[in-house]
Formats: sequence, C-alpha cells, structure tokens
Amino acid sequence: MSLLKTLGDKSWERKGIIGGLKPVGAFDTAPEKVALVFFLVVASVVFSLFTVSYFIRMELPDWTPLADPAKLWLNTGLLAISSVLFQWARNISSSTSTRNIKTAFIGGGVFAILFIAGQLSAWQDLNNAGHYIASNPANSFFYLFTAVHAVHLLGGLWVWSKSSIKLLSGSEPKEVRLSIQLCTLYWHFLLIVWLVLFAVLSNT
Amino acid sequence: MAYVPLADQEQELHHPHSWVTKYVWSQDHKVIAIQYAVTAIAVGVVALVLSLMMRMQLGFPETFNLIDPSEYYQAVTMHGMIMVVYLLTALFMGGFGNYLIPLMCGSRDMVFPFMNMLSYWVYLLSVLILMASFFVGEGPTGGGWTLYPPQTNLAGTPGHDSGIVLMLISLAVFIVAFTMGGLNYVVTTLQSRCRGLTMMRLPLSVWGIFVATCLALFAFPALLVAAIMMLFDTLLGTSFFMPAVIESGTPLDHNGGSPVLFQHLFWFFGHPEVYIVALPAFGLVSDVLSVHARKNIFGYRMMVWAIIAIGALSFIVWAHHMYVSGMHPYFGFFFATTTLIIAVPTALKVYNWVLTLYEGDIRLNAPMYFAIGFIFTFIHGGLTGLFLGNVIIDLPLSDTYFVVAHFHMVMGVSPVLVVFAAIYHWYPKITGRMFHEGMAKLHFWCTFLGTYAIYLPMHYLGFLGVPRRYYALGTTDFIPQSAQDLNTAITIAALFVGASQLLFFSNMLWSLRNGKKADPNPWGAASLEWQTAETPPIHGNWGAELPTVYRWAYDYSVPGAHKDFIPQNTPESIEPTMDEQHFDPDLDKSKADL
Repeated sequence: MSLLKTLGDKSWERKGIIGGLKPVGAFDTAPEKVALVFFLVVASVVFSLFTVSYFIRMELPDWTPLADPAKLWLNTGLLAISSVLFQWARNISSSTSTRNIKTAFIGGGVFAILFIAGQLSAWQDLNNAGHYIASNPANSFFYLFTAVHAVHLLGGLWVWSKSSIKLLSGSEPKEVRLSIQLCTLYWHFLLIVWLVLFAVLSNT
Repeated sequence: MAYVPLADQEQELHHPHSWVTKYVWSQDHKVIAIQYAVTAIAVGVVALVLSLMMRMQLGFPETFNLIDPSEYYQAVTMHGMIMVVYLLTALFMGGFGNYLIPLMCGSRDMVFPFMNMLSYWVYLLSVLILMASFFVGEGPTGGGWTLYPPQTNLAGTPGHDSGIVLMLISLAVFIVAFTMGGLNYVVTTLQSRCRGLTMMRLPLSVWGIFVATCLALFAFPALLVAAIMMLFDTLLGTSFFMPAVIESGTPLDHNGGSPVLFQHLFWFFGHPEVYIVALPAFGLVSDVLSVHARKNIFGYRMMVWAIIAIGALSFIVWAHHMYVSGMHPYFGFFFATTTLIIAVPTALKVYNWVLTLYEGDIRLNAPMYFAIGFIFTFIHGGLTGLFLGNVIIDLPLSDTYFVVAHFHMVMGVSPVLVVFAAIYHWYPKITGRMFHEGMAKLHFWCTFLGTYAIYLPMHYLGFLGVPRRYYALGTTDFIPQSAQDLNTAITIAALFVGASQLLFFSNMLWSLRNGKKADPNPWGAASLEWQTAETPPIHGNWGAELPTVYRWAYDYSVPGAHKDFIPQNTPESIEPTMDEQHFDPDLDKSKADL
C-alpha cells in the first residue's frame, strides 16, 4: 500500500478485518533490518551535519588546508577489502553451500581492525609532523571525522565479534545469517561514508 | 510454516524469573515505562525546586539571599535543560511511548525488549552524570540552557570547568539512550501491529509519539554533533566554535571559531525539540478529549496529516530563534514565513479539538479538566508565538519576559497539563486503582489558575521591557515599582503552584493502596489498551491470543449501538444494522452477551 493511499484511508468508514496476520503496511523484512536502516539514516544525519559544519568553518580566514597522509589510500583499500569480504560472506550465507563463510566473515572484521590501526598510524604520523588537533581547524576536523567514523566501526565490530564467536564455537551459519546480512549492510554504509569524508578532506 | 505475527512471537518476551528481573532489569515495556516516568518526574522535581529558588530571588531580591548570581545562572541553565530534555522528552517518549505503543498496537511488547531496557539504564546514567555536576568543581554550567559558546567556556561563567563538560557528556549519553528507545518505538509501530490494525486505525497518541520519535531521531544528531565539537573545544583546545577571546587581559588559545555555527546546530535540534514534546502531547490530549466527550475525534485524517506536516515543517523554522544573532533579511523573511505557515496545521488541530467537544456528551472527569485546560493554555502560548515569529516584533521582545511567558505557556504549562491529563486518564489501567477525583480536580484548579497568575503578568512585564536573565533588576528608570510588585506576586503564585503539586503526588501515592479498585475500562474507551483481560495488564499483555482489530479507535456514540462506545476489537457482526437502530432492549441485551 502506498504512503498516500495509506494516509488517505477513511478508517472511520471501513469496518472489518483488513489484511492478514502481517500488519498492513509493514515492511516485508526482519525488524532488525528496519531498525538498522533507521539507524543508518540517523548516522547519515550525524555525518552530514559534521560535513556541513566543515564547509561553513573552512570559509573563515584562519583555515589552513591539511595535506592528508598518503597512508589514507592504503587504509581506504583495507576498508574496501573488508566490505568486499562481508559481501562475500553474505552471498555464501544465502547459498546452499556454506564453505568459506568463516574465512569471509571473520576476514571482513579483521580487515576493519587493520583499517582502524591504519587510521591510528595516520594520526601518529600527523602528530609527529607537528599537525596537532588544535593547531588548525582543518586538523581538528581531520581528527574529528576519523574518530567518529572509527567509533561507528567499533560498534559494528562489537556485533561482528559476537557473531564470529558463535561461528567459531560451531553454530550453524543459518543462525547468524541475519547478523551477517546486517553487518554487510552496515559495512557498505561505513565504506561509503568514509569515501565521502576522504574526498572532502582530500579536496579542500 | 504458519506465519507468526511479530507482535506475538513468544521468544521475545523474556519472562521474569525473580524480583530483580521483574522490577529492576525488566524487559517488560510497562515496567520500563514506569521506570522512565518515575526518573523523569524525580529529576523534574529538582528542576521545579530550582525554578522556585529563582522566583524567590526575583520576587524578594533583598530578603532571602538563597542564591548568589552565579547560582542563579546555574539554576536557570539546569532548570531549562532538565525540563525540556530530561523530563518532558523522556516522559513522553520513554514513559507514555513505552507504556502505550505496544498496548495500543495490540502487541505483546516492544520489538527489541533488551534494547528497550538498556535505553532506560543509559538514560538513568545520563541523569546521574548531569546531577553529578552539582557536586564537582564550581558546580553545574551557568551558560544558559542553550549553552552558547564562547560564554559557557569562559572563566566568568559558573561551571566553565567541569559543569559544561558533564552537561555535554550527559547530553551525548541521553541521545544514545533515546536512539535505542526511539528505534524500538518506530519499529514496533511499523512492524508489530496486530491483525487488522492499519496505520490509519491507530489512536492519535501513537501517531503523535511515532512522528515525534522520527523527529527526535533526525534532530538529536544536531545536538550530538554540537556537543561533540564543543567538547573538543573545551577539552582539547580546538576552535570549532570558540573565537579569539581575550579573557581578563590574557588571549586564550582559541582562534577563529564560529559561535553562530553552534547556534545553527543547536536550534536545528532545538526547534524540532519543541514538537518532540508537543506532538505526543497533541496525540494524548486528542484521545483524552475524545473519550471523555464520548465523541469521535473530529477530522481524524486531518489530525494525522497535521501531525506529519508539523513534524516536517519543524525542520525549516529553526533560525527564528536567532533573529537577534543577525542574519540576512531574506533569511529572516524565509524563517518568519515558515514559522507562520506552521501555525496552519497547528491551528487546524486546535479547531478539531474544539469541534470534538462541540455537542459532545462531555463527562467532566479530572483528565478532561486538564485536557480542556490544555486547549486554553496552548492557544494562549501559540498566539504569542505568532508575535515572536515576526522579525520586527521579535527583536524588541526577544530579551524580555515576554519570551519567558510565551515558551512557558506553549511548551511548559501546556505539555505538563497533558502529562497530568494522561496520567489521570491511564492511572486506572496502569495501577488497577482509581485516584481521588476531588483531589485531582483541586489539583487542576490550583495548577491551571496558578500558572495563569504566573504567566499572564509576565507578558506585561515583557511589554514593559523588563529583561530576562537578570539576577536582580535593581533600580532603573524604565522599570516602575509596579513591575517589581508584579514580580513579587508572580513569585507568590509560583510558590503556590509548586506547593499544589503535592496534591498530585499524595493523590497518586495514596490511591496506589487506598484507591477504589478500577474497572478494566472505567472511562468506556474504545482503543485497545483498555480491552486487556487483566488490569493492570500482565506481562505479554494479551493472554493466549492477540486481539484482532475491526475498526478505528474512535467509535463513540455510534447511533444504534448498545453502548456509547464500540471497542476496536469488536467484530462488525455484533454491530446493529441500520434497520435495528430503534433497538429492542431484550435483543440488545442478548447481543451484548455475545
């Protein structure tokens, strides 16, 4: 039922049972997925507002662009591999054969951990070069963006670790199928967010 | 495999096995609702006491000396933030949202009960962090509830050391707590309704809370972003918002930040916040009015549209809070226009409430007193909002008591009257006991007339130009002695209203043990929460089978019906046909027995 049709319903006229056991107008998917999609919208608002703040702040005269460390390209590659591995795990979880699912799913998380380690290393390089967080607003935004993105990733890794433990302790892949699907969606989202943030940081 | 409705999935229930899992670490939405409500009201009492201390200072500036100027600003700040965020938002969403959504949706619980429980405990943590600021360093922040930099971070402002840090951390934690609860409210409403319950058959209470939750999910991120960036400024020395400042002759390390950027972020959250509080109140009061007027809500579909329209428009009016900060005249024109446009769906709701009362079979029960009182105060507060929405009128009035009077009427008194209406209305279902009707009505008159005695004269003070935010007015040419006397009278009224809330608390507590045992449906309401087999509803709400819904939630005084209400779960086969409308009492009885 379309939104307009739903909102146009003259419910005071229609009596009787409408629809089946599934609620009319409900999304045909797991509630966890609906919640995750809402959460992704919330997270998108957070990152959008940070980005808008960045563009407003950079118009002020004390702004000095920061030369982003080359390491960020390597880190971006790590996160992309992480996302690809999650997609692989998701594809396996939907198929009949579940070979390699542990490799794909656990590997995805490991590459995400490597990404975070890489970001920390980039921080260290900047610090060593004298680009401290409070030296310039461009620096401040670099540390802020990378930190907030990493915190989101850490949240995902918490869910990933729970499912990984289940997989390693012998649970059937179908028991963690939903978790794999949700992790994949979340990882793709965080990869896109990172690509946007990286583009903003690199080009301004 | 047979389809098992989400609302009915047994494994999600987590039945309690001990006192602790039943009343402390409970995953039952009803217990969590009460936990939320009790915590929110408790912290609200702290804010109420702070306001009374401020009024004592303003009304009797040379007499009591309860607080010094720094403490006055700290009281202003904490009063505002607690009332808006930690009381009203938490109470409407965590309290009423938690209690009513699963029951009104015919569901057994929230979709994610564990996350729901976590939401409450994280909320409690945010409250404790906020309260901790009273006991560390210079005490809580005194930068005003809007927390504008650079003032909040400067040494002259009380609480600039630890107070502001704890406030910002507390807000961030609150937002995390709310997000966990909010996802539950939204997903439960969308995915966990019982059979036959379409979105347009939902009571307006659910619609109000649902749309307000969406607003909050999309607006709180702005506050989170502002809080994180300000924490960086405060703790790490960045300059997102902090401009170059010379403090006591010494230049600070900050340079070039934009305080106006903070204001935009704050109000991008702050204005929707008004409706995060107002929309649940609109929904709840609609249901209370309809039930006690024994009439369907007038213009149900328009009421839903208005809730959605107000929610959408609330995101494009924020800068009307910033006229005095300075902006391009075209922006001022834009925000004034959108502000006036939002009055259209709001006015529509007011007309529909009044038309619901028109020719209704009104039962003047205590909840109805508060609901009708709300219409008065909301019209009053709403109309003064139209004044302030215009740039040219806002500029001279912005820093006066007119603004204090306006926002207290529209988002202080009005929602609080709805809170009381709703608590009295659903108290029999929540506790299984009736409250003392006479005491509740006395509570209404003291509160309603008392708040008018506070805020009507405050508008006049505003027109005189009496500035807000002042610890003491002192002697000036433009503030006559009569204004000082009025301030004294306002303080006396405030103390009276504050004390009269004891009627409410004693009534609630006394009735828990001594109240008359409540019928399952004492008001004769049609919505689902009144149709539970047990009162109060047991864990899981519905016994063996979920209800099935056959109609909307407002079938009151239907011609030819046996009673003056038809519950939502009554099949249409039990309704009389048009031919039977002059019904036979015997036939009527036999049908009722069905």
